[in-house]
This record gives sequence, C-alpha cells and structure tokens, in this order.
Amino acid sequence: MFPEEVLEHVFSFLTSHTDRNSVSLVCKTWYEMERWCRKRVFIGNCYAVNPKVIIKRFPEVKGVELKGKPHFADFNLVPEGWGGFVWPWVVEFAKGYPWLEEIRLKRMVVSDECLEIVAKSFSKFRVLVLESCDGFSTDGLASIASHCRNLRVLDLRECEVEELSGHWLSHFPDSFTSLEVLNIACLGSEVSFSALERLVARSPKLKTLRLNRTVPLEKLSTLLQRAPQLIDFGTGSYSAEIRSDVYSSLKDAFSSCKNLKSLSGFWDVTPAYLPVVHSVCSQLTSLNLSYASTQSPELTKIRLVVLDCIEDTGLNTVSMTCKDLRELVVFPSEPFVGDAEVQLTEQGLVSVSQGCSKLQSVLYFCRQMSNSALISISKNRPNLTCFRLCIIEPTVPDYLTLEPLDVGFGSIVENCKQLTRLSMSGLLTDRVFEYIGTHAKNLDMLSIAFAGDSDLGLHHVLSGCDSLRKLEIRDCPFGDKALLANASKLEKMRSLWMSSCLVSFGACKLLGQKMPGLNVEVIDERENLNSLPEYAPVE
Amino acid sequence: MESFDETELRLGLPGDGGDATVAMHTNGKRGYDETVMDLKLKLSSNDQDTKNDQDKKVFCSVVGGGCSVNPPTKAQVVGWPPLRSYRKNMMSVQKKSSLSRHEEVANGGGGGGGAAFVKVSMDGAPYLRKVDLKMYKSYQDLSDALGNMFSSFTIGTCGSQGLKDFMNESKLMDLLNNSDYVPTYEDKDGDWMLVGDVPWE
Repeated sequence: MFPEEVLEHVFSFLTSHTDRNSVSLVCKTWYEMERWCRKRVFIGNCYAVNPKVIIKRFPEVKGVELKGKPHFADFNLVPEGWGGFVWPWVVEFAKGYPWLEEIRLKRMVVSDECLEIVAKSFSKFRVLVLESCDGFSTDGLASIASHCRNLRVLDLRECEVEELSGHWLSHFPDSFTSLEVLNIACLGSEVSFSALERLVARSPKLKTLRLNRTVPLEKLSTLLQRAPQLIDFGTGSYSAEIRSDVYSSLKDAFSSCKNLKSLSGFWDVTPAYLPVVHSVCSQLTSLNLSYASTQSPELTKIRLVVLDCIEDTGLNTVSMTCKDLRELVVFPSEPFVGDAEVQLTEQGLVSVSQGCSKLQSVLYFCRQMSNSALISISKNRPNLTCFRLCIIEPTVPDYLTLEPLDVGFGSIVENCKQLTRLSMSGLLTDRVFEYIGTHAKNLDMLSIAFAGDSDLGLHHVLSGCDSLRKLEIRDCPFGDKALLANASKLEKMRSLWMSSCLVSFGACKLLGQKMPGLNVEVIDERENLNSLPEYAPVE
Repeated sequence: MESFDETELRLGLPGDGGDATVAMHTNGKRGYDETVMDLKLKLSSNDQDTKNDQDKKVFCSVVGGGCSVNPPTKAQVVGWPPLRSYRKNMMSVQKKSSLSRHEEVANGGGGGGGAAFVKVSMDGAPYLRKVDLKMYKSYQDLSDALGNMFSSFTIGTCGSQGLKDFMNESKLMDLLNNSDYVPTYEDKDGDWMLVGDVPWE
C-alpha cells in the first residue's frame, strides 16, 4: 500500500473526471484520498445532486463546472422557466468554497444577483465561462468587472444577455491587467469602444479576444495593434466601404499577429476585405466563417465552420488543401427554404471524407443523402468520433433509391468503431436501431428525431449501447414498453429526453416508483401529456 | 418481437377514455396523436407511392387524408431543423440586409438596412433626391413628400399641383441653414445626389 503522499502525487496527474470517479470507487482509502485532492468538479446534470453534498465531499475544490437544461433546449423544445437555475449552487459555494477560482456553466439561468454574489464572494476568482446561459444583464457583467480583481477569463459563449448599457466594460479598474480571455461575441449592442481599447491595451496576457458585431471593421486594426500576441481572434462586423487605407492597416495588423491560430466573427462580410487575413492563414488551426455567406478562401486549418454557400465545389477544394482537417461544420444559410439554390449535397461531405484523413468530427446540414454516400463516408473515415447529419426535411429517404437510410447509418456505426456521438435524420425504421444496438458500443450520445416504427427501436438502443449516457428523442413512436423494460439501464445514464413520443404519464409514474434513484420529470405544456423528458443521475 | 397486449397504457387527455386521441392501426401498432402530428410533423414532399407501407401507416393515416395533403411549411415544425435561434435569426437578418444592399445597388448605392430607396429627379433641379418608399403608406403620402422635397425649387405653396421649374435661391438657402453651398455627391450613374437622404448607416 502506497503512503498517502505518493497516492496524492499520483492522483494529481488525474485530470479527467471519469478517471477520478473510477479511482474513488476502488476502496474507502482511495475514496477519502481522492475527495480531498479533487480540485475541479464536473456536474453534468445540476439536478443530479445537491450542492451541499458536493461541498461536503470535495472540500478543496477550486473550479466547478455545471450543466443545466437539456440539449434540446437549444431548439426551443424546453419551456421557459423550466429550470437550470444556478442560484442555489452559487449561494452554497459562497459559503463552502471561499477560495473558488473558476465557474463554468452551460445552459443555466444566471441572474444578476448570482453574478454579484460571485463577484463579491470569491477573492481569488479567475475564470467565468457562461455557455448558452441566460437570465442576466450587463449590470451583472459590471459587477464582475468591478470586483473580480484577478479575473483572467470572461467568456460569454452564445448567451442571451439583457443589454442595458455598453459601459459595463469601463467597470474594470485601471489597475486591472490580468485579462487573458475576453469573448463578448454574443452581445448585440455596442460596448464602449474606448473602454475596450484601453482594456486591451493594458492586458499584455490577452490571448483570446472575440468581439461582437457592433465593432466596426475600420476599428479592428487599432485593437489588433494593441494585442499582437493574440492566439484567438474574433472580428466584429467585417463590412466597410472599400478604402485602401483601411485595407492596408488591417493587412499590417493581421501580419503582426504571429501567434494567431483561430479566427472567427466575420459578420456581414465584404469579400474584398477577406484577403487581409491571408498572411495568417497558413498558421490557422481553426476558422469559423459561419456568419459569412460567401465562398471561403482556400485555407489550411484543423477546424472549419462554414455555411453551405461553400457548396460541393468549395468542399472539394477543402478536401484537397486542408489535409489536417479534424472537424467540419456546415450550417445551412437558408434552413427554412424548401429548394435551396446553394449547390451543397452529400457529395461535399463525401469529398472531405476522402481527402481529409484526420477528419474526426462532422456536423453537416444538407438536403439530400444516400445510403451509398453514407457507406462511402464510413469506409473512408473509420476514425470518425462524432457524426451529426441533419437532412433538413424530416423523414426524407435515400434520394437515389427512395429507401430508408437504415443501411447507411448502420454502416457508419459498424465501421466507425470509435464513434461517441451520433445524430441522425432522414427516413429511418427500427432496423437502424438494431444496427446501432449491435455495433455502437462506444456511443455516448445519440440524438433521434422522426425515426423508428415501434418500441423495438428504443429497446435495441437501450439494451445494446453499452456506453450510452445521453439519449435525446423527439417525435418517435417509442412508448412505455421499451422504457420500462430497460429501466435499470436508465440509472447508468446521465439523461434521457423524450418529447412527442408515445410514453404515457402512467409509465412515468411507474418508472419513478420502480427506480427511486431516477429523477423522472414530466413537462405538461398543454392538456395532453406528450412531452416527457426524464433525467437519470450520474452514478 | 413482443406483441402488444390489451392492457397497454395509452396516451390521452385527462378525463376521456384515451381512444379518441390515439389512432390505432389494425395491425396493432400505434399511431400518433392527430393533433400532435398536425402541429409537429413536416410531411415529406417526396413521391409517397414509393414510400414503404409501414411508414405510410405511421404517418399518413393519422394526418387525415393521407400524405397527399399539402405538408405544413417547415416553420410549423417546432425546433426543426435543429439550429440555435440566434443562428436562425441571424440568417434572416443577413438576408434582409443583403437584399436591401442589392436594392440599393440597383438604385445607385447608399446605406441603411431594410429600406427601399429610390432615386427621384425633377427636370431642371440641380441635383436628385432619394426617397425610402417604405416610409410612405399611399401614393398621396409619397406625392406630398416629393412636393416638399422639391419645394425649394419652386415658388408658391408646395403640393402635387403647382410645381414650377426654376430655382428659388432663398428658399434653398433657408433649407440648408443659410449656407451658400449644398453638399452633393456623384453616384454610379453620374447623377448628382443631395447628401443626407440615405442614412449614414
């Protein structure tokens, strides 16, 4: 048996939450050891556990990560006021973790009062990351700016912020120089540019700066000149009258950013200004042009996010030039139009799967797909770990054979043995779920919509997918039988969401009775109970 | 495959027998609640004859009249396609602003998202003007506005009648805060336009 100091030293190398959870199950001594030295705790479902329990078990925590609403909340499937309030957590943390340094929240409701408590309770507070959160205003941000003397990271990722004033930035005192990450891309209204400029000028460690749309192109070079050390830069609006002085100062500013690896922003692109970034292109690993409805230039990167305006021809270019590409995201420019003018089909994705040998992650919106394309993709890229395909019209079959896409997705799960995340669309029967249950042994998250014929589909998934932890289903004919038959499986999962399926209220009650460890919740928006999400706690 | 037995729990409105809301098929499979289907399912516009029978049973028989009924527009399917709201909205905003950019290019340039600017000229006037058609509700409104715009080049009262073709220098100067000069610019078509009609943005 190793002495405690040795064990503690060994454990200090364990950063993954799953590893630490496993370690704590070995024996009582290891459980005790581990809990005293856990510095970062991750709670994937804020309703899985009481904050007091966390604080009691892990007294030395410096960083907390919490997730609230289910993923489908992103698509307006969760009613307003459902929950995910961080308030009870913040109140407990203020009492139990006075030395807390980092808070990371995803899909949670954060009020200004919460932000004020955070700002005033933690003297060593350094990192605030709010992803897809809402409930707060610029007043809350002002509190953070005023009081967090040691703040390093203020990262607002796709939050909905009530914008009362652009002057919250001025609340950072002149003596505040520790900022490393500032992401305000989601703010819709103007922030005080002079305050922003002064802040950037006095932040020598600033590595990430993502501006919002209201920062005009003409002012970009001013900011970039003050922060040539940037690694990650998000422009504001990328549109201006074509002027040679603006063009050349932008070009110079970008060239002086020798460490730039990631570019984003590019709202309202004036294509003539795109070449100013060419000097940094070869060093980029990530390029997000998903707000630029133009064809993207030829650039080498690891992560590419674009609109379907890139078309099959653009993706073909990507497949030939971006040999290090790991992640491809293609969003639709006109999701609500039936017939797209944009020439983006399954071909684009097939080309990229052929040419980009390191491709691991795909999120692809398109209007047609075939089994043969899916089979090709799976054979070209058996190393895929994340495959999310959204064919814009629900229940559309293979456009060549008019058959369901069962065989195609079956091929994906059979060939891509490391697949951990899958989202499917198109016409799918119970057969695809049989393939998934049989082959997708590493699948962690599955998203299904408008698919399947019967409970058998759900049964295949719940009984076959050994690693499944997150399952979200909408508009599928899955009902009580499969759910109740696989109740014990639910305890091993983080969450199950089912809406517009065939699960009855009675079955939910029964499930709650049968499995007391589960949180079973029924959301009833209308009289008929057809919206039924359920949450299983982490083990 | 397990068979479904008679004692299965079913979906239903509270207080009714439940049968009214569940469409049962003769083969024992369940269908969707009709209301749910109408609101939530976008029917495929593909040729329904070639769809396999099972799917027909699940989708078509419930939405009374079969799949040949006009499918709901995409907008009616909540949360589909799965895009964040800011991205859905952003695209329509971009579209609007690029659309208005096209209109403006067609009309000789200018800024302002979402407006419909049109060039207006009056014979003999030293420069042209631009009006945003969206600001007006009727031809009468537009005509009155045009009359006002060009009143500096006339004497007498403004209005659709009585426009006269000559310069009125003092009125012009009043209009422009007593300065001797008027700021104008030459646009793509070679016309001289009064600065200020099109908003700065």
